[in-house]
Amino acid sequence: MSSIDLTWVIGGPQGGGVETAANIFAGACAGCGLKVFGKREYYSNIKGEHSYFGVRVSDKIIRSNVSGITMLVGFDAETLFRHADEVFDDGAIVYESNLVAMQIDEVPTLDAQFKARLKKHLASKNKPFTIQGLLDESKERGITLYPVSFKEILANLSDETKNPKIRGMFRMQNVLAVSVSIGLLGLPPETLLKSVGSIFSRKADIAEMNKIAANYAYNLATVKYSKFRYQLSQIPKEDHTMLVQGFQSTSLGKIACGCRFQSYYPITPASDESVFLESNEIFEVENNRPGSTLVVQTEDEISAIGMVIGSALTGTRSSTSTSGPGFSLMAEALGWAGINEVPIVVTLYQRSGPSTGLPTRHGQDDLQFAIHAGHGDFPRIVYASGDTEEGFYDTAKCFNFADVYQIPVIHMMDKFIASTVSTVKRFDSTKITIERGKLLEKIGESGYKRFTPSPDGISPRSRLGLENGIFWNTGDESDEAGHISEDPENRIYKMDKRAHKLEVALEKIPKEDQATNYGISDFCILSWGSTKGPILDAIDMLKKEGLKVGFIQIKMLHPFPAQYIQSLLSGVKTIIDIEANQSGQMGSLLNEYLDRKVDYYILKYTGRPITCNEVFDSIKKIIDNKAEKKQVLTYGV
Amino acid sequence: MVSNVADYKTDVHNDWCPGCGDFGIVSAIQMALAEMEIPRHKAAVFSGVGCSGKTSHYLNTYGIHTLHGRVLPFSQGAKLANPEMTVVAVGGDGDGLGIGAGHFVAAGRRNVDMTYIIFNNGVYGLTKGQASPTLKLGLKTKSLPEPNVNQSVNPIALAIASGYTFVARGYAYDVRQLKDLIVAAVKHRGLSFLDVLQPCPTYNDINTRDWFSGMDNIDEMTNKPRPRIYKLEDTGYDAFVHIDSPDEENEKLTQALIKSNEWDSKIPTGIFYKNEIIAPYDERMSARIPNYLENPPAYQEISYAGKSLTDISKMLDALEI
Repeated sequence: MSSIDLTWVIGGPQGGGVETAANIFAGACAGCGLKVFGKREYYSNIKGEHSYFGVRVSDKIIRSNVSGITMLVGFDAETLFRHADEVFDDGAIVYESNLVAMQIDEVPTLDAQFKARLKKHLASKNKPFTIQGLLDESKERGITLYPVSFKEILANLSDETKNPKIRGMFRMQNVLAVSVSIGLLGLPPETLLKSVGSIFSRKADIAEMNKIAANYAYNLATVKYSKFRYQLSQIPKEDHTMLVQGFQSTSLGKIACGCRFQSYYPITPASDESVFLESNEIFEVENNRPGSTLVVQTEDEISAIGMVIGSALTGTRSSTSTSGPGFSLMAEALGWAGINEVPIVVTLYQRSGPSTGLPTRHGQDDLQFAIHAGHGDFPRIVYASGDTEEGFYDTAKCFNFADVYQIPVIHMMDKFIASTVSTVKRFDSTKITIERGKLLEKIGESGYKRFTPSPDGISPRSRLGLENGIFWNTGDESDEAGHISEDPENRIYKMDKRAHKLEVALEKIPKEDQATNYGISDFCILSWGSTKGPILDAIDMLKKEGLKVGFIQIKMLHPFPAQYIQSLLSGVKTIIDIEANQSGQMGSLLNEYLDRKVDYYILKYTGRPITCNEVFDSIKKIIDNKAEKKQVLTYGV
Repeated sequence: MVSNVADYKTDVHNDWCPGCGDFGIVSAIQMALAEMEIPRHKAAVFSGVGCSGKTSHYLNTYGIHTLHGRVLPFSQGAKLANPEMTVVAVGGDGDGLGIGAGHFVAAGRRNVDMTYIIFNNGVYGLTKGQASPTLKLGLKTKSLPEPNVNQSVNPIALAIASGYTFVARGYAYDVRQLKDLIVAAVKHRGLSFLDVLQPCPTYNDINTRDWFSGMDNIDEMTNKPRPRIYKLEDTGYDAFVHIDSPDEENEKLTQALIKSNEWDSKIPTGIFYKNEIIAPYDERMSARIPNYLENPPAYQEISYAGKSLTDISKMLDALEI
């Protein structure tokens, strides 16, 4: 293999330190200059259910997960039962050697459907329903097995360091497992130890103990076991690379672009963003006093959006962050912001619906809802980011849209992005601009009217507390001053005024902000949001086989840039829609706005993100003319 | 500086029913603002939905007529972002204690420095007189097809239990007392709740002006009505928590709860409970963000010539490999 590209997966019970382990692994790899793309999968549970973290590592740009595992690490039976089947034939399994006699039925957290599938599989291979049976089957496929007794390592380490406490520190198995893996994969110990130190940076004594354990396990791996067939190696580090979790992108974007008020109600996967904002509530401001973000946890999402609107009326850039169920509760207030032309940003971290759905799993289920949420006709912008980096810069754009057009903006993110840990170029806040539109700083004389006519439909905006700037707002239809009016002519004026702003937005927002054109070809993928990564990776894979496929990532979903997309599609023969939802929600938009229809759908709604291999395989089927009109993807535990 | 009541009036046509208690409340708010000489642009009146929701249009300050039940979230958001504003939230009893009850309770826990006035008339007037959360069990007001089957909520007791630090009751036809209560509520450091008994002449034919005045209960000796409404201060009642002690607080809370249960023959008005020992939300925020009040969200400089002034480099450094 000339270039490195492998996927390392660690699993374990929720609450058992799997995430810590994966972050150490990701940090150790990133510290060697390698690119990292990791994702976390977990049940809606605090402790005990199976969670796992996959980290893809490469020396070239990677933007997605692959189908399959190069090295699986498991110190509990469930991880092995769940994932052994995914390990590539030339892959490896590092496992707790004491587990071999464990039977499928001894693991209470394995669900009946999964157990039935696994037993059927093992029976077909004439293997017993045990870890040993599973490992035998794996070995026959060519997989390298690394039996490690993590318990024994803890005991030995405890004796050697004369620290009896270590013997019972089972959470430290995570660090041992990572360290063994790093040893087998041939990376130097220094970056591993540095990564351990930075993960435990808040607790010096724990950091020290974990470093000793890491060093011990690393040495053991290099001495006791033969090297794994694929080796990672250090490459020159690019300057200013960060290891970022997806949700941090919108948090940092909000701080950088001047959002100073955020209210929220706890919900997966959105609340991490608010917690990050609160953890970083005070910051430096150039030539000024320290700035701050006021983060308020509310009693529900109705209150969250209500407070955002109240705060926005004072001229403060304000937002909330939520997921589908919370956004459902916000629908009425969204209309209030619409009719009163209040700039607010709702960051919508989608997950799988409907109702509570798959609460900790990925989905792009809420596009049509974001476009239509709320009763009555009112304008809003729906804008979708494709990855962590876009999350940062797009946040700033969304606030500009809100301020300039005086409308609610829904910024579409999702669980896939939120829980992705990846190496990205350091965010550059000098690249963002701040446009506050017609927000007034001073009003000279009285007679101000909030909804004064203007050719672009956008009236000068006062704010609470501004002298001579008094205005009225109401959820009723209102006159220019903001007082209730049921006059038919006024109604037409106000409805048309508000609607016109979207026409202006469509005209003024640069084309490159409306959609990204990655190349046009006979076969052209149209998509939105976090499918971007797997699609771009798949396009690279197809290119290697001499196949050319185009891709347009639509970023502004409402108002829909119909003319622009139509113009891009003039040379396209086959339109392929790829989305992580069941009905092809963006496809419906294409069918509605374009003078042609989607030819093929590639959809996934298992709650697990689309992998690049899945895109690759399904596109090939289409090119080979062997595909059904709708392909449903299924990969992932 | 304005200090004329007329300055706080708008020329918007008032379409409340003749004799509505709301007129008294809106006058009392105008008088209170004038007395405190609050500049018009420094005051914001938020309202819910219903007859009382129109209040904000009759006041010549910032007027934000929000959604049904949501006046507290909107108003708290504004006050938190711009603590310099004098914020008054108003709404009906259905608005605040029915659809908005969750916000009512949560607001008490925060104790944001603002005032909330409930126009309490026992009915949903604008939708033709259905029973509201404060209508007593078994009463059959004019437009109810059957007597009310629900227990009533006690707004004073609920406010106290939720943590409001100023709890009072006024009467819409005693405008002078009401004005004094509004002034006291606005000046209170923390969240003030004012329950205003506000007869609905159109749909509540039981708790009428005459009923409150005791016209149905004539003293045989003097041949005069025995008014139900009385003032707590006339009885020597002391609503204030004077010292920071659990005993003192328990005593004041308990007496307020007991007083809040009086109805039917004697209905107390005035201040039930006042506690300035509990820190308002802005003080709690200032403990975390030292310059919160001096540099609140609404007044922070965020950009210069279109460029961000915020320095996020330390946060980015922490994420760099």
